[in-house]
Amino acid sequence: MSILVDQNTRLIVQGITGRDGSFHARQMIDYGTNVVGGVTPGKGGRTFEGVPVFDTVKEAVSETQAGATVIYVPAKFAAAAVLEAVEEKIPLIVCITEGIPVMDMIEVYHAAKEAGCVLIGPNCPGVISPGKSKVGIMPGQIHKPGRIGVISRSGTLTYEIVNALTVRGLGQSTCIGIGGDPIVGAGFRDLLPEFEEDNETDATVLVGEIGGDEEERTATFIKEHISKPVFSYIVGQTAPEGKRMGHAGAIVSGGAGTAESKMKAFGEAGVPVAKTIDDLADTVAGHFSVQGGC
Amino acid sequence: MKIHEYQAKDLFRHHGIPIPDGRVASSLEGVKQAAVKLGGAVAVKAQVHAGGRGKAGGIKVVGTPDEAAEAAQSILGMDIKGSTVRKVLVERGADIRSEAYLGYIVDRGEKSVSFIGSAEGGVEIEEVAANTPEKILRFHAYSKSFPEDDAKAVAGRLFKDESTADAVLDIMRKLFRLFVEKDCSLAEINPLVLTGDGEVIALDGKINFDDNALFRRPEIADLRDMDEEDVNEIEAKEKGLSFVQLDGDIGCMVNGAGLAMATMDIIQFYGGQPANFLDVGGSSSPEKVINAFRLLMSNKKVKSILVNIFGGITRCDDIANGILESYKQIDINLPIVIRLSGTNAEEGLKMLEGSPLITAETFAEAVQKAISLAKGEAA
Repeated sequence: MSILVDQNTRLIVQGITGRDGSFHARQMIDYGTNVVGGVTPGKGGRTFEGVPVFDTVKEAVSETQAGATVIYVPAKFAAAAVLEAVEEKIPLIVCITEGIPVMDMIEVYHAAKEAGCVLIGPNCPGVISPGKSKVGIMPGQIHKPGRIGVISRSGTLTYEIVNALTVRGLGQSTCIGIGGDPIVGAGFRDLLPEFEEDNETDATVLVGEIGGDEEERTATFIKEHISKPVFSYIVGQTAPEGKRMGHAGAIVSGGAGTAESKMKAFGEAGVPVAKTIDDLADTVAGHFSVQGGC
Repeated sequence: MKIHEYQAKDLFRHHGIPIPDGRVASSLEGVKQAAVKLGGAVAVKAQVHAGGRGKAGGIKVVGTPDEAAEAAQSILGMDIKGSTVRKVLVERGADIRSEAYLGYIVDRGEKSVSFIGSAEGGVEIEEVAANTPEKILRFHAYSKSFPEDDAKAVAGRLFKDESTADAVLDIMRKLFRLFVEKDCSLAEINPLVLTGDGEVIALDGKINFDDNALFRRPEIADLRDMDEEDVNEIEAKEKGLSFVQLDGDIGCMVNGAGLAMATMDIIQFYGGQPANFLDVGGSSSPEKVINAFRLLMSNKKVKSILVNIFGGITRCDDIANGILESYKQIDINLPIVIRLSGTNAEEGLKMLEGSPLITAETFAEAVQKAISLAKGEAA
């Protein structure tokens, strides 16, 4: 098993004919993801790499019975694209787009929640269940099927960590980038219970960063609800206050949202906090004392 | 994005929120004239983005136009937390009976626009929240419509005098509209004051905006004060780079914000100090790499440069190509340590053979080499 996506996931791509959408749609198809359709308004009736393109999400869903969508639509139109998917109650909506206004995301978040959709992102690399399905922009080849779950607020840092796990023989059940914006869909606390339930996941790695208090809330949540081992790594210890560190959500303001506070919270919840990426991967490997895979 | 108090108050006025009469001035003569026009006691207030103006001596209340000019003499040109005061707001003095706090923020935990109010005004709201959380009034808006009933329930509690409830509610409603219509991330009135005449006015205000929404708020983007911005950060932004200046001596060029932060942290872990945060982004064209090098080289504190790339969508051979181009176009006289991993790393490293770059196999090795070089030791 795995969580959110697997070989049976029927995926549509919103923005499939755009620059980013077309590039990544091809990469996902090459990886083996079951891409069943695409959406670009005004380009319905065409095909892309043998996949039918539709004008609307409504048509795409009714023609393909898609159970998931991934959105590569530019920031100006991305919130509307997510709402279009919410309208069709697509169970899993993954939004890659960076730069969506926060006010729009507040409305989108609550609309998705009300409709019962799982929203991943925005401003995220997506979701991958190695060997089964890749929904997003991560490089597929660094992943390896296995039993570690990964949840991260970052993109390339996640790849770096996944790679560090893979080279130590630690494969992954599912890796999720939840996004670097102030308001994102599913968070650590929404996804940890899924890994807890998943009988093919043995432990979870959480990658947090400065800004907000999601990590602090998660620490309390783990203490109360999660029995499988959780390992953590937090970045942004050297970030100055009041400066946005690339991600719109990565900012320490008014002394809140610091790396120290997050590390302390995890430490108090009994979740090991790694000092470096190698330290993180070594700690996980040490826990399972694996050689050649777990 | 941040703006000045006088700009926030212009927005308040446009949205019907009462403010004291005031004028902006940047010269002693201008301050004096403003004080004459306003008449009576005035406040002379430094206009800088940094907080703690009052404590730094950047706000003075005076009785006459001559005293106003005198106050301006000490305030104009003053340095407050690294910002030079170039303008002051001269404002009619208010007869303060009572002070309160009123504001809205984007609430990440609650996924809402959250109202924060307190009868404790004129002080740091974070302190009130930390020390006496029972004195904080809150409610949440989960859409762009104003939660009228929740607001009514708290409006009468900001001042002891309940007859102010309607005036406070009106201001709460107008500030919310402003927040939503201008895509704010924070909008606060502190203090909101009840005057001797029973009027409720915004004596001081602060507004921050969501950078992601500036594309649809050009009138707000125009309010940006370039004097308050870091020139390098603005230049980087125009070139599609994300950059933040720090104090150390190891220049960093990384792809991805999370990895860039991790790089800074790990430099510190091994005993070095990063000079900057720099994310060259996903699709790293040679142009971007060249611009990034120019930016790093312009910081005289930098003693060594660390290039840390994990190729995913970014191809390591593209980065290598950009670096070779940079050597041709810029005079690079600092040691550069490079670590390439992921997509096309081998191709990239092969291209760099014979160049003066110092390569490293792992992240940790790269960081340690960059630190040694910054100290003037061999890598």
